[in-house]
Amino acid sequence: MSNILQLGAGHAHSAESEEHSLSVERLSMSFPNGDRPLVALEGVTLEVEQGELVCIVGASGSGKSTLLNILAGLDQPSSGRGHVHGRVALMFQEAALLPWLTAAGNVELALELRGVRRSERKEVARELLGRVHLDGFERRLPHELSGGMKQRVALARALAQDADVLLMDEPFGALDAITRDRLHEELERIWTETGLTILFVTHNAREAVRLGDRVLVFTSRPGRVGHEVKVDLPRPRSLDSPDVAVIAGRITDRLKHEMNVNGD
Amino acid sequence: MATELAADLQGIEAVETAARPSRVSLRRVWAGLWPKLAAVFLILAVWQVVVWSGWKPDYVLPGPLQVFQRLAGDLSHPDFYVGVAITLRRALMGYAIAVALGGVMGILVARVTFLRKAIGSAILGLQSMPSIAWFPLAILLFQLSETAIIFVVILGAAPAIAAGLLSGVDHVQPLLVRVGRVMGARGLGLYRHVILPAALPSFVGGLKQGWAFAWRSLMAGEIIVIVSHSPSLGQQIQFARDLADAEQLLALMVVIFVIGVAIDSLFGSLDRRIRRRWGLLGAEA
Repeated sequence: MSNILQLGAGHAHSAESEEHSLSVERLSMSFPNGDRPLVALEGVTLEVEQGELVCIVGASGSGKSTLLNILAGLDQPSSGRGHVHGRVALMFQEAALLPWLTAAGNVELALELRGVRRSERKEVARELLGRVHLDGFERRLPHELSGGMKQRVALARALAQDADVLLMDEPFGALDAITRDRLHEELERIWTETGLTILFVTHNAREAVRLGDRVLVFTSRPGRVGHEVKVDLPRPRSLDSPDVAVIAGRITDRLKHEMNVNGD
Repeated sequence: MATELAADLQGIEAVETAARPSRVSLRRVWAGLWPKLAAVFLILAVWQVVVWSGWKPDYVLPGPLQVFQRLAGDLSHPDFYVGVAITLRRALMGYAIAVALGGVMGILVARVTFLRKAIGSAILGLQSMPSIAWFPLAILLFQLSETAIIFVVILGAAPAIAAGLLSGVDHVQPLLVRVGRVMGARGLGLYRHVILPAALPSFVGGLKQGWAFAWRSLMAGEIIVIVSHSPSLGQQIQFARDLADAEQLLALMVVIFVIGVAIDSLFGSLDRRIRRRWGLLGAEA
């Protein structure tokens, strides 16, 4: 199933190469802002292959979230196009669980909206929560769960959408270090098991290197892919390993350079 | 090893969020009850003191004891229950229509930009309109009939209910709406699964306020609009006044007060349960 969000004027519909799960072509996005529109993204071009885990690093204001919202179909780009091959799920920095539904209820709603039969939902939801190690917490309400557990539920809910592409918008940014470590492991495990394509946005260079096959460094105002780093370190990686630190250091330097150029 | 660690960490998270006991103990019920009992006792005491002071003769202002004796007598009389039934039936009918009407109005105003611009603020304005001011019109339209009373009950309650729903829909977290859309909910589905449940606490607030307006309007209506062969509570009060039967008048006022408080506390507990479920209350209120 093809999910074309918008065809920019004058763009030939180039032949889609099959292995690209997600592609963005010269995508720009600006918001009205008095006389001078605020340009969040300008000419972003990137491709993510099927089953790839790609991280985007950028300072705040680099339009990373905007890009994900466009790819998830929540917003329309000003020009250019974002194309996702298959179904999309999106995870936010906040778990954004529906507070009146239990952990299982949140997952079941995603199943229901996907069209899963009522008789199967309960069992599937239990399986998915088990997958993120939340067995026994099915009947808890979101406000009875810790931050890490909420994000696990959000992850299970995203998996319930049976998406081909998972977009993650700084999903672990608000968690403590230990919980985040755990969730990195879980995400990596689930990614390996499912073959999901993941586009993961963060402002933390180490996190990006810890997780990504590739890291795209975004420039700020307007956001654009400024630099690409291939991470060839063996998995699983540790956030604290020297190898990760070295690559992350280079990326951080790039980001600082970007900021100086922009006078921030 | 990784799984052991996982289990440990799971344990840590679980401890942090251990469920709080929600058992209702006798002690807590008592803690909630005794200030109310004390207040009732204080009011009765003041009332009695005023009666003892001889400010008014006791056929105008009887003491609590006489009133409650009279009330006990009323309670053993079938006519009393006929009156309560008539009043409650009107309340229920008017309120039910008000809920339906207010609900539809709230949704439409929330959804349709034109309607919001046209009557959004009028709904809030209607709330401040004293319902008794509607009665002359209601009587012109429907004569001295039950319809006139229910008409005003609806006009009293519906705006509050619509306003509660409207404000609930307006204040749904945008993030939740986005989540719903990412999961594929559109249009009505988005309303059913995300927006309406998110608006429920505010809607219940509107229902509660709507009930208060309905009850007030109903009492005003029953006292003003005398319908033959229907000895409602309000009508009985009016008769008691006509007959200068102060004991009966006060006994009926006690009944009206008790019914009002009882239904209000039902809404209160519904409100608290929803807020607790929605995580809008702290650890304990």
